[in-house]
Amino acid sequence: MDILSLFVAVPVLTILGLLLTKGLAQARVVSMVGSIVQLGMAINLVFAYFRERAVNDSVMLFTRDLTWFENFNIHYAIGVDGISVALLLLTTIVVLAGVFISWKVEDLPKEFFISLLVLSTGVYGFFISLDLFTMFVFYEIAVIPMYLLIGIWGSGPKEYSAMKLTLMLMGASAVLLVGVLGIYFNSNADGGELTFNILEIAKVNIQFEAQKLFFPLTFVGFAVLGALFPFHTWSPDGHASAPTAVSMLHAGVLMKLGGYGIFRVALFLMPEGAMDWSWFFIILSATGVIYGAFGALRQTDLKYINAYSSVSHLGMVLFALLMFNKTAWNGAILQSLSHGLMTALFFALIGMIYGRTHTRDITKLGGLLKVIPFISVIYVVAGMASLGLPGFSGFVAEMNIFVGAFQNEQLFYRIATIVSVSAIVVTAVYTLRVVGIMLMGKVTNPEYLDLPKTTWFEKTGILLLLIPVVGMGVAPLWISDMVMDSIKLFMQ
Amino acid sequence: MDISNFLLMRQEIMLLSIVLLLIIAEIFIPNDKKSSIVHFAIFLFGIHTILGFVGLSEGSLFGGSFQTTKLVYFFKNVLNVGVLIVLLQSADWIQEKVVKENKGSEFFILLFSSLLGMYFMISAGDFLMFYIGLELGTLPVAALAAYETSKRISSESGIKFILSAALASGAALFGVSLLYATSGSIFFADIIPTITASNLTILGFVLFFSGLAFKISIVPFHFWTADVYEGAPISVSSYLSVISKGAAVFILMILLFTVLKPLMYIWENMIYGLTIATMLIGNLFALRQQNMKRFLAFSSIAQAGFILLGIISGTQLGATTAIYFVLVYIFSNLAAFGVVQAISLKTGKENMDDYNGLYRTNPKLSLVMMLALFSLAGIPPVAGFFGKFFLFTSAASEGYYLLVFIAAANATVSLYYYLLVVRAMFIRKNEHPIPFFNSKIYMRLGLIVSVIGILVLGLYSPLYDYIFELNGFLNQ
Repeated sequence: MDILSLFVAVPVLTILGLLLTKGLAQARVVSMVGSIVQLGMAINLVFAYFRERAVNDSVMLFTRDLTWFENFNIHYAIGVDGISVALLLLTTIVVLAGVFISWKVEDLPKEFFISLLVLSTGVYGFFISLDLFTMFVFYEIAVIPMYLLIGIWGSGPKEYSAMKLTLMLMGASAVLLVGVLGIYFNSNADGGELTFNILEIAKVNIQFEAQKLFFPLTFVGFAVLGALFPFHTWSPDGHASAPTAVSMLHAGVLMKLGGYGIFRVALFLMPEGAMDWSWFFIILSATGVIYGAFGALRQTDLKYINAYSSVSHLGMVLFALLMFNKTAWNGAILQSLSHGLMTALFFALIGMIYGRTHTRDITKLGGLLKVIPFISVIYVVAGMASLGLPGFSGFVAEMNIFVGAFQNEQLFYRIATIVSVSAIVVTAVYTLRVVGIMLMGKVTNPEYLDLPKTTWFEKTGILLLLIPVVGMGVAPLWISDMVMDSIKLFMQ
Repeated sequence: MDISNFLLMRQEIMLLSIVLLLIIAEIFIPNDKKSSIVHFAIFLFGIHTILGFVGLSEGSLFGGSFQTTKLVYFFKNVLNVGVLIVLLQSADWIQEKVVKENKGSEFFILLFSSLLGMYFMISAGDFLMFYIGLELGTLPVAALAAYETSKRISSESGIKFILSAALASGAALFGVSLLYATSGSIFFADIIPTITASNLTILGFVLFFSGLAFKISIVPFHFWTADVYEGAPISVSSYLSVISKGAAVFILMILLFTVLKPLMYIWENMIYGLTIATMLIGNLFALRQQNMKRFLAFSSIAQAGFILLGIISGTQLGATTAIYFVLVYIFSNLAAFGVVQAISLKTGKENMDDYNGLYRTNPKLSLVMMLALFSLAGIPPVAGFFGKFFLFTSAASEGYYLLVFIAAANATVSLYYYLLVVRAMFIRKNEHPIPFFNSKIYMRLGLIVSVIGILVLGLYSPLYDYIFELNGFLNQ
């Protein structure tokens, strides 16, 4: 089996293994082993990628193509470039961290880990797919376990949130479906065969009229997953009700599918349609950036704060993607990676705080730095990364985005960029507000004085995420090179 | 006529012999051993199903009124497999309830007679054979729907079915007579060259179409569906929802794609409207249903709307997909009905609220139900997703993007109510959940076969290619 198909095969095998387990202890060990193997494979893939890239300059590496449904010319076509490799690595890290954070799932542990792994299978498959059909299949496989994960193991109005999330994302996939079919039936514009293969379609010039019709459908279909304003409403509710590990995967990985899909499908295959529509979606995404930031400012529930902050940060990704500029695109991918790690870290920490204090309301918390110093310090670090302090991943990403965006000389782009940049200030305000209220000051509630210490599995999960956040900030070049190489090939 | 010509009818002859054997068995088996007739019937039908796959020869009989092709064999085999699953799932119910009232063998006799009617309907080469098949396929079902004579609701459903069915087949017959009036023949082959879009022909076609639309429960011919499904025994409901509907779809497709092809510019507009109405009405009514049988009834109406998406394109691709989707739908719907049947048999509970917390007590049944519902909703990687995706693709291939969009939006709506059942089983808690129980071997087998179908049909692509080759003749 080739190096990429393993990314689908190993989680499937882990799921099969999980079916045989009994009880929490066995289930978590099996999923941990499976996830560690995945992480190892991803690291191996990074090295393999660099070796292969040195000798091979085709857009996609490690490609493989098997016919699936002949009549529709549907193939199981896979391949990766630097961007997908980076995102695969991100996914493996977040999944492993998620397994550690869910070490103590009491209720139906086996089912929990199976759903988690089904979700990750979908995500892996999505990132390696080069065939629109396969990609669509994996997209839906990634979304549907969220319903059970939030519904069964969630808290608060979980039934409502789970249903809202699933229906909005599946509704988006209905829109996407029409876009995908539109691309498919225009893929013979130069007289060739109808195909779902992304690389094949990229060679064809789809008629401008068709692009104008199907670009917005494809874009919106993916962008709902990337929390595009005003279709972001599923995300805060979903986060708030989801259990910790699910929030992590959801914000850290699942929402990245949106940006990646837009980049790989909408922009790549229909560039002229994208140019034509970009003004409209730039307005929406810039609104999302500002709206998310101000939304976070008003919330008092920790999860809502981070959910709105995600809307803001992912708005930047969409914003940067629409700039048609190498630097901005590089920034968009880096922002995806950075946000994935950082938000997963945030949600892990919030889960730990909630698990100890049983509240997520920052007005009821106070002085946590004194009682749970480990968690609190990491929270401050994550906050600094979130507001884009140099030395952390967020800085590199946002720098690239705004430098790239400002290179567009038209007044409209300039204004949009300036408006979006201002969100960084608001980000600083809401991050520091949380730090100030929740961590500093006196301990407001005497019960908090003897909160339990962090355990080894919590620490492992946290460190897994923290190290790359700092690593990307201190040594961003290797990953940025990997992404940049791919973008250059992509633009040709 | 050479005796070997009758081999073309061997599936009909075999089924008829099974019916006769069952009548003989009914006479000779003593009353206290009547439950063995269930094994006997299932065994015979199993052999019949297996034999259906071998030795396919094409040809026509009786001057062309009976014809058979590889595609027709395939249709019959699909129906056979469906009926076999229905039998497996209803075996326990027959043994526990029906045999005691001493009418076990009649159940099989009626069911097989109805299936025989479907055979003739699919194999028809003229409208006479078609009509005989239609009637033979319908009348025994009315008796079956009223089978639980102790329940008023069952008799009510039988009456409702026979009245509406009589009206529908009356309309169909009137339509056929008008078509005969305009073309001068009842043979399909003779009608094809002479058919023109005169007003009388169109009127005949519309009447004829409504007769079949009744069987498929296309809106606005769907009013009987929910009431009959709710009142009839579950086995009969599931038979109605997949076998009778599937057979009607098959013959409708054959007729639309061959005999009525010259009228395509008329029927495609008609079907466009009916597709939207059927999906929409089915979905909207399904949203609020509490009774699982009614719920599945409205869901099956919505599914009929999706099937029409394949027919509307009028291409070989569309026909293939519609057949494929019917096959997938048979397995998915039977799995869902099977679970409802198993639970209803053990506990008598049929409401969605009763399913709360089912996963905690009966995880396997809940998983089967979830797979079936996901397949109906079109969630990968189960077969329903592929069926729906291909339906959308075939409709889009003729440029019906708006229709595809409406259908996809409807699929999302349908996901809502399918998830309601998943929510009940997996998320909701219940103080008095349905206790754990083990189903008997037949029921298990029935569920296992349907689940295998749901899982394999989608991922295993050669089957689709096989169907595609089979209906090459539709691509004229």
